Amino acid sequence: MRILLIEDDEHTAARTAKGLREAGHTVTRAADGVDGEALALAEDFDALVVDRMLPGMDGLAIIRSVRARGRQTPALILSALGEVDDRVRGLRAGGDDYLAKPFSFDELLARLEALQRRAAGGDGGGGRLSAGDLHMDLRARRVTRGGKAIALQPREFRLLEYLMRHRGQVVTRTMLLENVWDYHFDPQTNVIDVHISRLRAKVDRGFGAPCLHTVRGAGYMLRAD
Amino acid sequence: MPIKLLRSFAFRQGLVYLALFALSALALLGFIYGFSAGYLSRQTDATIAAEITALEERYQAAGLAGLQRQIARRVRRQKPTTSSLYLLADRNYRPLTGNLSRWPAAARREEAGAWVDFTIGGAVDGDDFFAPRPARARVFRLRGGYRLLVGRDLHDLQQVREAIARALLLGLLITFLLALGGALVSSRSATRRIETINQAARDIMQGDLSRRIQSHGSGDDLDQLTENLNRMLARIEQLMSGVRRVSDNIAHDLRTPLARLRGRLESIRDGEGGGAALDEALADTDRLLATFNSLLRIARIESAAGAAGRAVDLAAVVRDAVELYQPLAEGKGQSVVAHINPAPQVRGDHHLWFQALANLLDNAVKFTPPGGRIGVELATTGRGPQITVTDSGPGIAEEMREKVFQRFFRAEQSRSTAGNGLGLSLVKAVADMHRVTITLGDNRPGLRVELQF
Repeated sequence: MRILLIEDDEHTAARTAKGLREAGHTVTRAADGVDGEALALAEDFDALVVDRMLPGMDGLAIIRSVRARGRQTPALILSALGEVDDRVRGLRAGGDDYLAKPFSFDELLARLEALQRRAAGGDGGGGRLSAGDLHMDLRARRVTRGGKAIALQPREFRLLEYLMRHRGQVVTRTMLLENVWDYHFDPQTNVIDVHISRLRAKVDRGFGAPCLHTVRGAGYMLRAD
Repeated sequence: MPIKLLRSFAFRQGLVYLALFALSALALLGFIYGFSAGYLSRQTDATIAAEITALEERYQAAGLAGLQRQIARRVRRQKPTTSSLYLLADRNYRPLTGNLSRWPAAARREEAGAWVDFTIGGAVDGDDFFAPRPARARVFRLRGGYRLLVGRDLHDLQQVREAIARALLLGLLITFLLALGGALVSSRSATRRIETINQAARDIMQGDLSRRIQSHGSGDDLDQLTENLNRMLARIEQLMSGVRRVSDNIAHDLRTPLARLRGRLESIRDGEGGGAALDEALADTDRLLATFNSLLRIARIESAAGAAGRAVDLAAVVRDAVELYQPLAEGKGQSVVAHINPAPQVRGDHHLWFQALANLLDNAVKFTPPGGRIGVELATTGRGPQITVTDSGPGIAEEMREKVFQRFFRAEQSRSTAGNGLGLSLVKAVADMHRVTITLGDNRPGLRVELQF
């Protein structure tokens, strides 16, 4: 992925760029809003990571300007303002995702890859998702593994669907809360873990190799080995 | 004092009214004067005209001698106050009869029937000497070339006019003084009340945020201003105390974990602990960040003015929260019993309500022993929707029930469990923001939390 990182904090920018490069992406950096906007308009990137408060030009203004030229490059907003209202404002300006500072790098990477997947059109339509011998029929709302039907509660179904849409990617707990439960909130305990282990009990138990993995310190990943 | 008074808005306003008042009083009194003086003049002229007519008739009836007798009688009989002037003269203005010693020069050229104003300075009634006095008369020619002059000494009339003018001027002065006094008194009471507000503002700027402006109690516009200012001050004080609380909390409750983190990092630098110590330091940092975020969040909720106006389906929010926490509770061997009835929509922020319910459920799961029971109910009472969360844990002693809403407060039995002591503070902040009453009660055994919308 070619990523444009517009971030004025040198430390955050350097760390983020290093991490993204290690994950195999190409990173171009801009340290202020004006440069950032010029770069975003001049070159073709696969994703933009934009800090909300920048010298020269507001991060949201950059995204608006990019969208105004008809560019649909996925954009992730980084911000020290993490309340729901700020998030809504960011998304309304044309951002595709919003990450409150301080963030863990794994969270950023997971979200960027999810954005990329979404921009690429997800899993080619047909209403079917699969990972190895795990299949999901979105229309019939049926899940089978190795030909055996698995009965899931509605929420479990949505959880598995999200994991399958992002198979091979790390999915963080916050991403799950936002996308499967549709609430922006801060769980005091790892309440999501219980749901994952319930799902795991249905999807993995008795089926040989597990496909639902815990990624330590980051989240979960669905992977068919 | 006079300069200060002149700079007072109320006093200047009073002066403007005073000037307007004085002008209108002047106009009114001027009118009265003109009218009454004019009336007196017209009266005099009418009397003179009537006398001339009478004397002319007399002349026609009784001839010159009769007229002279009549004039002499009139002069004799006249009261000292009326001071009528009569003079009968021949065609060469030589006086024949009357109380004027000679024909006034000003009246010589006048046509018969004309009015003349002149000055009498000599003797009236022969000997008496007067200072020059104004007089007014009408001259008339009789058949035979005789000239008749009938007039009035205007001195007394002038006196009366001057008396009227003096009385009116005095009245004007009194009016002016009364109005000035009134302006002073009324502006001073307004100025005093404004000064009360100013004094309070100065006190508040000195740092006394709890100071309020004393209300006059009359309910007038200044009182309404006072009340609004007081309300604004209350709001400012609330916001300021919110800021102060957050900084106090940071000082008291974040310093300890920061010090602990520093200790860990030091020992890592010194080569102790290895990877596990790094993980612990990271976990410490995450906890600190979470605490910090919660604090900021509570502060923001507390300073938010009123609930944002989006419709919230409470039943959906409660159902989702229960569904999220049920597996956790069941994993601990607790049973969750939910009675969720449809409730009227309320306005607010459904993310915040979800957070509040999550915090309540999280507490319930944390403090309820295995085999215990957690209850969630959404019902509609006469006052509106009501959410009740109950557990069968240790509950909260009555004297502690207000304290648990304070930031970082942790009841004795909760010290050993995970948590940052901010959960209930946030619930309280969300409830307050939405003007929802939160009540902690005894579930016998356990805690009963009621949110009354």
